[in-house]
Amino acid sequence: MADIVVNGQPRDLTGVPPHTNVLDFLRGCGLTGAKEGCAEGECGACAVLVVRPAADGSPAAEWTAINSCLAPAAALDGQEVVTAEGLGRPDALHPVQRELATRGGSQCGYCTPGFVCSMGAEYYRADRVPAGDGDRYHGANGFDLHAIGGNLCRCTGYRPIKDAAFALGLPAPDDVMAQRRGTAAPVAVATDLRGFVRPAGLTEALHLLRERPEVVVVAGSTDWGVDVNLRGRRAELVVAVDRLPELRGFSVTDTEVRVGAALTLTELDRRLAGRLPLVSEMIAQFASRLIRNCATLGGNLGTGSPIGDAAPALLALDASVVLASADGTRTVPLSEFFTGYRTSQRRPDELITDVVVPRPVSGLTAFHKVAKRAFDDISSVAAGYALDVVDGVVRRARIGLGGVAATPIRALATEAALEGRPWTAETVDAAAATLAAEGTPISDQRASAAYRSAMLGQSLRKLFAEVAP
Amino acid sequence: MTITASPLSRRPDDAVVGTPLPHESAALHVTGRALYTDDLVGRTSGVLHAHPVQAPHAHATITSVDVAAAHDVPGVVRVLTAADVPGINDAGVKHDEPLFPSEVMYHGHAICWVLGESLEAARLGAAAVEVTYAPLPALLTVEEAIAAQSFQGARPTLARGDSPAGLAHAARVFEGVTSFAGQEHFYLETHCSLALVDENGQVFVQSSTQHPSETQEIVAHVLGVPNHAVTVQCLRMGGGFGGKEMQPHGLAAVAALGATLTGRPVRVRLTRAQDITMTGKRHGFHATWTAGFDADGRFTALEATLTSDGGWSLDLSEPVLSRALCHIDNAYWIPDITVHGRIARTHKTSQTAFRGFGGPQGMLVIEDVIGRCAPALGIDPAELRRRNFYADGQATPYGQPVRHPGRMVAAWEQVIASSSMEARRAEIDDWNATQPHRKRGIAITPVKFGISFNLTAFNQGGALVHVYKDGSVLISHGGTEMGQGLHTKMLQVAATALGVPLERVRLAPTRTDKVPNTSATAASASADLNGGAVKNACEQILARLTPIRELVPDASWEELVAAAYRGRVQLWAAGFYRTEGLNWDAATMTGHPFKYFAYGAAVTEVEVDGFTGAYTTRRVDIVHDVGDSLSPLVDVGQIEGGFVQGAGWLTLEDLRWDESDGPSRGRLATQAASTYKLPSLSELPEQFNVALLAGAHEDGVVYGSKAVGEPPLMLALSVREALRDACAAFGPAGHSVELASPATPEAVYWALTAARGAS
Repeated sequence: MADIVVNGQPRDLTGVPPHTNVLDFLRGCGLTGAKEGCAEGECGACAVLVVRPAADGSPAAEWTAINSCLAPAAALDGQEVVTAEGLGRPDALHPVQRELATRGGSQCGYCTPGFVCSMGAEYYRADRVPAGDGDRYHGANGFDLHAIGGNLCRCTGYRPIKDAAFALGLPAPDDVMAQRRGTAAPVAVATDLRGFVRPAGLTEALHLLRERPEVVVVAGSTDWGVDVNLRGRRAELVVAVDRLPELRGFSVTDTEVRVGAALTLTELDRRLAGRLPLVSEMIAQFASRLIRNCATLGGNLGTGSPIGDAAPALLALDASVVLASADGTRTVPLSEFFTGYRTSQRRPDELITDVVVPRPVSGLTAFHKVAKRAFDDISSVAAGYALDVVDGVVRRARIGLGGVAATPIRALATEAALEGRPWTAETVDAAAATLAAEGTPISDQRASAAYRSAMLGQSLRKLFAEVAP
Repeated sequence: MTITASPLSRRPDDAVVGTPLPHESAALHVTGRALYTDDLVGRTSGVLHAHPVQAPHAHATITSVDVAAAHDVPGVVRVLTAADVPGINDAGVKHDEPLFPSEVMYHGHAICWVLGESLEAARLGAAAVEVTYAPLPALLTVEEAIAAQSFQGARPTLARGDSPAGLAHAARVFEGVTSFAGQEHFYLETHCSLALVDENGQVFVQSSTQHPSETQEIVAHVLGVPNHAVTVQCLRMGGGFGGKEMQPHGLAAVAALGATLTGRPVRVRLTRAQDITMTGKRHGFHATWTAGFDADGRFTALEATLTSDGGWSLDLSEPVLSRALCHIDNAYWIPDITVHGRIARTHKTSQTAFRGFGGPQGMLVIEDVIGRCAPALGIDPAELRRRNFYADGQATPYGQPVRHPGRMVAAWEQVIASSSMEARRAEIDDWNATQPHRKRGIAITPVKFGISFNLTAFNQGGALVHVYKDGSVLISHGGTEMGQGLHTKMLQVAATALGVPLERVRLAPTRTDKVPNTSATAASASADLNGGAVKNACEQILARLTPIRELVPDASWEELVAAAYRGRVQLWAAGFYRTEGLNWDAATMTGHPFKYFAYGAAVTEVEVDGFTGAYTTRRVDIVHDVGDSLSPLVDVGQIEGGFVQGAGWLTLEDLRWDESDGPSRGRLATQAASTYKLPSLSELPEQFNVALLAGAHEDGVVYGSKAVGEPPLMLALSVREALRDACAAFGPAGHSVELASPATPEAVYWALTAARGAS
């Protein structure tokens, strides 16, 4: 018996076809509020709420919005889901629903249930507290608009949605969803359904990978879900590793930051709490919160995508990945990890368990992402910088690049052009010319090769202009 | 209670129209209860799912189709091909859109459809169909089509006066080319149809269609049955924007054909990738122009040739082109003018209606002309625009007097004042002088948009109003709801016309068996047309109630209705409305096609990063003319949403086809939300102030209102002009900035780089 509790009611997962996502499962249950808008986690029309352990690692639970089109239904075995239907009824609207409805926040209404769920998660965010007057993206009520940055609306132009978000108060004391945060989230349950397995522990998972190297490993399914939905990919067996305790560690010492590969980016950001500014800056620009609530570092590195945003940042930080197999573990510098377009040193029987960033970290770090849209876009070019500038001289330079080659790369020639030289406009101009020639950018629908190259050089100039001595 | 018919535009004191109300379905939207066509599938038993076989070539002859292997896929029930069509194998009104083609005309063209017990079975069945192709050369760009002289449909010319003479006596003459991209509708709800056949052969199609009557007609002619054998219903749509005006018909026909052949309900619901690769988009255009100005910067003449990218079939390309030609003047008096129009036939999706319907394209050309010529003329672009406005007594190039040009001026002056534009202009100049790497820009642009379908016949609306014995009211009308708030307005119109509380009125979904022969919900005119019809129906009922009222002067509405029933008074009525005073000669491109013009003006400020070309919209101020608003919350929503959608077209949304000579030539490279970027919250202007123009009562339109759906989209031209202004600030004064459209960060980067390099 495998169950999901949806809007308080258990729903049986047994017999659900293995590639059925949460969205189709819910719609099959007659809950048609969640909609398919894009089937690739880009529009948020399918957003629903799930109960998760608090992202900061505290024992509380929290309401987390996810794209239901990407998650396999089987991945929510034993979990609790709330949809727009579960939040309120027409004659008893939830505060989020009431604000959206009365302010003109819905026109065609198709994206609306997804907005309701994303806004609901932010409404219940435990550390959302009213603060000051707010700013462009933050309400005086503490509402962070980035919470709905992964939801697209084609009708309203967003102004009434923003106003609704900023008009929300705090949950009432007797709000049952607010109260739900006080007790622990459902634990992960070992699942063994047709085509989908969630092993109970790392040893079991590694054993399975050794036995069946053809399996597809998923964590947040934000990449695999797209392959299933858009490219018709199917797997004999999907193995979920996102809740393996061994992949969810987090430690900070004087010499390193070690993060579990299956922490979601949201969890990682909350636990880092600013201790790796470059990573935080990267995460803030990484897709949308709906994606970050599921996506993991292990997944972003493991897919080997040349346009993933994590790699350029982590390359600049001299990060390594820890690979585990039934034989033991090995540590591979990220700069040696990628071997070609979407290929890496990871063997099919290995899992990335941890990412290790050595400390101390360089004093000057920045993450530059060039994309068409500020929220929720894929990089045309991304650059991670970690520079040590001592007494006006660049002692050490590490630059990671994405979007300019078949793999994420280090800008080695540019690093050499900076190291040992004075941190001046002249040095930067010369190094920027070198940087513009790094990699082998291509022209595609996101950007021309010429623009990509230009943006590399401009990126360094911009960095210098923004932190100029 | 008044029970006498009143002039169409007169509004009673206690009117329900004019009240700011949320969308009539808002509570259903936010709770996930609102049903869209695909939500009905789970409530229908035995549904078959359809999946297309899409061609992997932009242009090819189909040499064979072998469906045998599809039948070997478990769950495949049937494959629909041309041989199955009992009627006419055609999905369009121009008879150039075979439903099952023998020649592939664009990459992704659906060859045939597989029906399966599940979508997965249908998908696998479609993959098993073996089609062989003989590829043919394909034209992808307008430039290629022009070079090949590949055109389709009418080639109209709009002309007035003597443009060569006008150019000859101009003080300054400029020439240029302006080309710009189309736009994907990206309604969040993709196309969907669900067809059933009853025991008597009556076909019932639920469809996400803006044009139920035409969907009905196409389904009927594909099935080879009279229109009365087909009923089409549209509950609501998850956005339309013109993309569901003609594009649903063929999909509905596939569902209906499948249902008639199998006896089971058939669902055709496109995935996003199918929707974006199979259905038409806003037309991109290529324009060449020569503009003459006198010494004061007033237009003397304009000559232009507009070539639209029509894609593979005509679809609505002719009326879109007509509207483009009829809006190249925007708000400006151009005494001598000659504009040629033509439609390129390219091997792409069949481009179609999209909010503005050619108007935005025409206006973009003239605003680009002004934006590029102003520096050379040495006149501030805002002043240049204002100086060329229409004045009383002047007429458009097609001969229609410009009604109320003073409202254009009023909106312009009001938004300049409310936005503190002049003070901010100075602040921006000061700020720019201190900022080497970032520049701000500000611009104001006007909109004058003609309301009515160019084709006079379409300017009619119908409604059916029932008053039940208990006094409750049920209305139906010919328009569809796609989020624009039409149903909200119609409820308000009915409550106002009958003098009953809004709660007494309910609205039934749009169906062709309630109101026949309807026009598309399009051209912004649906509230005008259907509102006129609803009001007419209500007034027929009120007129019949008048003698009863005299008998029971103090009766409540419910008592009055009950008394009328007992008195054998007909308590329901079919209402009708046609827009008076219209005429249009498409051959000469002259006449009086529009009932009136909607006016507006917008001031936009942007900030551009000189390192990357990335930009943000800092502030937008809009004053827009909706007449006396029927429903202010709805109207403001249309203005804001239209503006942001227009800004998306002009700055962000970037349709890219594979134009290489490689094997995927003609493939749409941006066929997903991950590659085709819509405006998100990050594109919402930081400050966004919208005001409705006061004193804008419109005679002759229902309760003094004006249409609102399309005109505000073109206010977004101010974003493009503000970006141009910011780019110019990177260069020397007098530099004319040429800006690609869409003005993506990359395009802005190249424009500001050119400005920096200018001497």
